[in-house]
Amino acid sequence: MNSTKENSISVSNLSKSYGNILALNKLSFEIAKGELFGFIGPDGAGKTTLFRILTTLLLADEGNATLCGLDVVKDFKKIRQIIGYMPGKFSLYQDLSVEENLSFFATIFGTTIQENYELIKDIYIQIEPFRKRPAGKLSGGMKQKLALCCAMIHKPEILVLDEPTTGVDAVSRKEFWEMLRKLKENGITIIVSTPYMDEASLCDRVALMQGGIIMSTNTPENIIKQFDTPLYAVKSHSMYQLMNDLKTWNQTESAHLFGQYLHLTIKDKDSNAIETYLKSKSHQDFEIQQITPNIEDAFMRLMANKSK
Amino acid sequence: MTTQLINKSEIAANGKFSKAETVISVNNLYKKFGDFVANDNLSFDVYKGEIFGFLGANGAGKTTAIRILCGLSKPTSGKLNIAGFDGYKDTEKIKKSIGYMSQKFSLYEDLTVVENIRFYGGIYGLSRKEIKLRTEKLVEKLNLEEVKDKLIKDLPLGWRQKLAFSVAILHEPKIVFLDEPTGGVDPITRRQFWDMIYEAANNGITVFVTTHYMDEAEYCNRVSIMVDGKIAALDTPDGLMKTFSVHTMEEVFLKLARGVNNNE
Repeated sequence: MNSTKENSISVSNLSKSYGNILALNKLSFEIAKGELFGFIGPDGAGKTTLFRILTTLLLADEGNATLCGLDVVKDFKKIRQIIGYMPGKFSLYQDLSVEENLSFFATIFGTTIQENYELIKDIYIQIEPFRKRPAGKLSGGMKQKLALCCAMIHKPEILVLDEPTTGVDAVSRKEFWEMLRKLKENGITIIVSTPYMDEASLCDRVALMQGGIIMSTNTPENIIKQFDTPLYAVKSHSMYQLMNDLKTWNQTESAHLFGQYLHLTIKDKDSNAIETYLKSKSHQDFEIQQITPNIEDAFMRLMANKSK
Repeated sequence: MTTQLINKSEIAANGKFSKAETVISVNNLYKKFGDFVANDNLSFDVYKGEIFGFLGANGAGKTTAIRILCGLSKPTSGKLNIAGFDGYKDTEKIKKSIGYMSQKFSLYEDLTVVENIRFYGGIYGLSRKEIKLRTEKLVEKLNLEEVKDKLIKDLPLGWRQKLAFSVAILHEPKIVFLDEPTGGVDPITRRQFWDMIYEAANNGITVFVTTHYMDEAEYCNRVSIMVDGKIAALDTPDGLMKTFSVHTMEEVFLKLARGVNNNE
């Protein structure tokens, strides 16, 4: 395929409604060749709708999208040759073995396992001991690895992964992202969606999605830099009381639990006010420190600003 | 039940549970499927009003254990007492004393908000009068007045989750089991959901919860981590982080579960 175009994916003003529900509201973005790009957002943000349009499985109501310069409507047949798609639901043949599934997908795309074995080798090696086992009988982590192999066996230019890590435990999630980083070295453009905010930091760039719009597109570092107010992590002997006290304080702008800390932004920019207030509420042994926000902090701030 | 017995070491995130009353007691529990040992000698207690995190990698045996604790499956051997009832003989009584909610199965999408509340109230054996009263309370508390006659499938996911949780504790059970209750929910709604969990625990309901979000593990009073059918660790989040000399539960989890997962 020709891929002289610098942008691997180009989307402008894309909209899609289901009845009264606006699933995608005028999305525009560009993704460069070889980029690992994440769409981060909760269920209902529009991630799957977007991916189905990009993979030519669904028609948009308005707007355009091209992949490697090919139009998702006019050139849908060509696009299907150059993309690998891993849908959110496990979609392999449960009754076929690991090996049979892989050779099925290779055959469909007119290639063989041998021809592109180098590409999938690192991942396939991990499931090879189970190659005779029916796909339906694999564990969650192994199913995921097989699905990724099947999506890549024809050496696609663009890999589209819809929530590959949802419902997967923290260990398997980490391994999956390590696999993606390695694949990226082969020059494949990878777009991936996830509801897990912490996975954003593993992408080159991310789009934060909520309610059918993209709230921000940038590198994870820049999204964090754009957080425009000091953020404090606060801890006290009774977190339940701390949460109630800070939520009812008139200086609180936002207060969200984060593990063992509460992340706080305040209207008054004087952080001493926090200490004075907590003392007045008879908190003991509390801890206040200014911290660098993470992607989830940024996401919640964007959500709050949007609804203002 | 009073909470005067609290001493400082027992005060965790919600600050109110005490070890005076055990509501889940598991001793040397085994569950085997043929040669496969899904639950391998589990022993632990969970207390009234405690938020207990039940973690483990996919395939570690969590679902098997939860099904047993809910009275849906019988152990192969071992002692088991749930909400004061025996885990072999009294499974029907156990079912009435607990609430259950999961991400996958919670509310009926083709029923309205009020119909769902009435349905679950009926299932749990509440009287018509009681159902009516609790429906009104719930509609008011969750601000559902405008949507109470809408179908569940037309509600945003966040609302559904909150309603599903409220319905799971409508009959004021001693224990509520939450199986990945917050998957896919936006970060603000996810935290509002935890506010509800704290409130329930403060009211004396024991919360038994599984999650893949490791920051949520830190909201629990105590956390157990299952690896290969066994409980590999059980302590307060602080205690676990100290034991493994790390700063987050994510690192604890990775340290415990990683080695095993590679040999899958």
